[in-house]
Amino acid sequence: MDLSNYNNRNVSDDYIYMEIDETPTRWQDQFLRVVKRTFSGELFVGLWIVFREMLKFNIHTVQYPLEKLPISPRYRALHEIKRLVESGNQACIGCGLCEKICISNCIQIDTKYGSKGRKVVKGWTLNLGRCIYCGYCAEVCPELAITHGQDYENVAEQRAHYAALPDLVTPMDMFKAGKQKQYPGFGSLSPNASENVKKTPLAY
Amino acid sequence: MSESSYVIETIIKIVVILTVFSALAGITTYFERKVLAFMQRRLGPMHVGPFGILQVAADGIKLFTKEDIVPQHAVKPIFMIAPVIAAATAFIAMAAVPFLPEFTLPFTDYVVHPIVADVDIGILFVVGVMAVGMYAPLLGGMASNNKWSLLGAARTVVQMLSFEVVTGLSLIAPLMMVGSLSLIDINDYQQGETAWLVAYQPVAFILYVISGYAETNRTPFDLLEHEAEIITGYATEYSGMRWGLFAIGEYANMFTVAFVASLVFLGGYNEMWFIPGGLAIILKVSALIFLFLWVRAAWPHVRPDQLMWLCWKVLMPLAFVNILITGIVLI
Repeated sequence: MDLSNYNNRNVSDDYIYMEIDETPTRWQDQFLRVVKRTFSGELFVGLWIVFREMLKFNIHTVQYPLEKLPISPRYRALHEIKRLVESGNQACIGCGLCEKICISNCIQIDTKYGSKGRKVVKGWTLNLGRCIYCGYCAEVCPELAITHGQDYENVAEQRAHYAALPDLVTPMDMFKAGKQKQYPGFGSLSPNASENVKKTPLAY
Repeated sequence: MSESSYVIETIIKIVVILTVFSALAGITTYFERKVLAFMQRRLGPMHVGPFGILQVAADGIKLFTKEDIVPQHAVKPIFMIAPVIAAATAFIAMAAVPFLPEFTLPFTDYVVHPIVADVDIGILFVVGVMAVGMYAPLLGGMASNNKWSLLGAARTVVQMLSFEVVTGLSLIAPLMMVGSLSLIDINDYQQGETAWLVAYQPVAFILYVISGYAETNRTPFDLLEHEAEIITGYATEYSGMRWGLFAIGEYANMFTVAFVASLVFLGGYNEMWFIPGGLAIILKVSALIFLFLWVRAAWPHVRPDQLMWLCWKVLMPLAFVNILITGIVLI
């Protein structure tokens, strides 16, 4: 079998090769090269370019604490726990998949039987010091309960200032005002999902 | 003029020059950061005061209040005295530089010569004292007990010693035309609008500016504090105000080089058209300082071997040829 096609590592044939002159060896050629480089004016091209940029005054600085760049909706910052649209309860069903998939072992979940014999979440902790923000927990969650938010400024002076579970859950007033943003990607609710919601028939 | 009034006048001049140029060193760092930032499409310091103008004060407070660390195995007295040499020689060199044309004090008929010591060998004194400034990085680097500092000190000697030759040789040609070493005489030689020495000695001017950059460690030749290679060279172990003295010395040297260049080559403080002489030399020095910053924004460093090649194989022969041609023309 002819392997020549496999050994050809050039992605395409339209590469542009740089023209490099051979290094001169005779002293006359070396001298000529020095003279050519000295009087070619390349140094002044450099001076002109930076001066032109100064005159244009086309500044790209983002003065960070005062102004912020928009970030992607897929940005993986601090986690958020969503509430169920119909009842306002936490959407987490306590399946424990996030704990299983977490590659840095930073999620711990504890469940118990609730008063109606259903599984309820007793405790859910997220060790932000260990979390690498890989996004597996958000990806694996069957209920889209845990997602990554946009809040990347999670520096705190004290440990108590770090997010606890109540901080991660959408606040009730925000939820009631309809401001809970659902994850817009694959597996998310359709835009008209609230029209299709029916109450779970609990009373038989 | 009586003896005591001469002493008092000289002391006042010294104090004024020290304060003005120490302050100018700080303000130049601000302008340097701003000009570099604008040329690189950044904003530079913005947060301290309006447009960051108080950044100079913030940096000064920081430098003054920082802990003065002397490394454990450093040679303490030499380590501590080296930055003083840098600042002191930079300011001593200014003693023989006439900064402005002579003027009378307002409301009196007292004539002030804005030069501390009007010595006959002015330019020789300036170049010599600036060359002594080489001891500061050399001693500081060798006393620091740090390999980067030692490398920086070695590069200092190599670079400054080499370019000292070019400075001297490039200045000889205009001095041959003037026939005096006094900067005031050189300035007076260029009276009139078309008599700038740079018109007769363009090669010497370029050589002097290049070697001026090398002697003040400015960018195309700042090998001795090249961050990417040897951290900060000789100043690696320095902190606080001792480092600040090195910085003040560097900026004061920049001003000396700019003043000497404008006095020797660019017509000094002679009147230009409608511009009075004092303003003229300030404009020339400002333009030269801006050129320092501009070049720093635009050009990369050279390698040490390229630097040596440039100095000994290009600039020094050019300087000799320039002197030879000047001599032939003068005869």
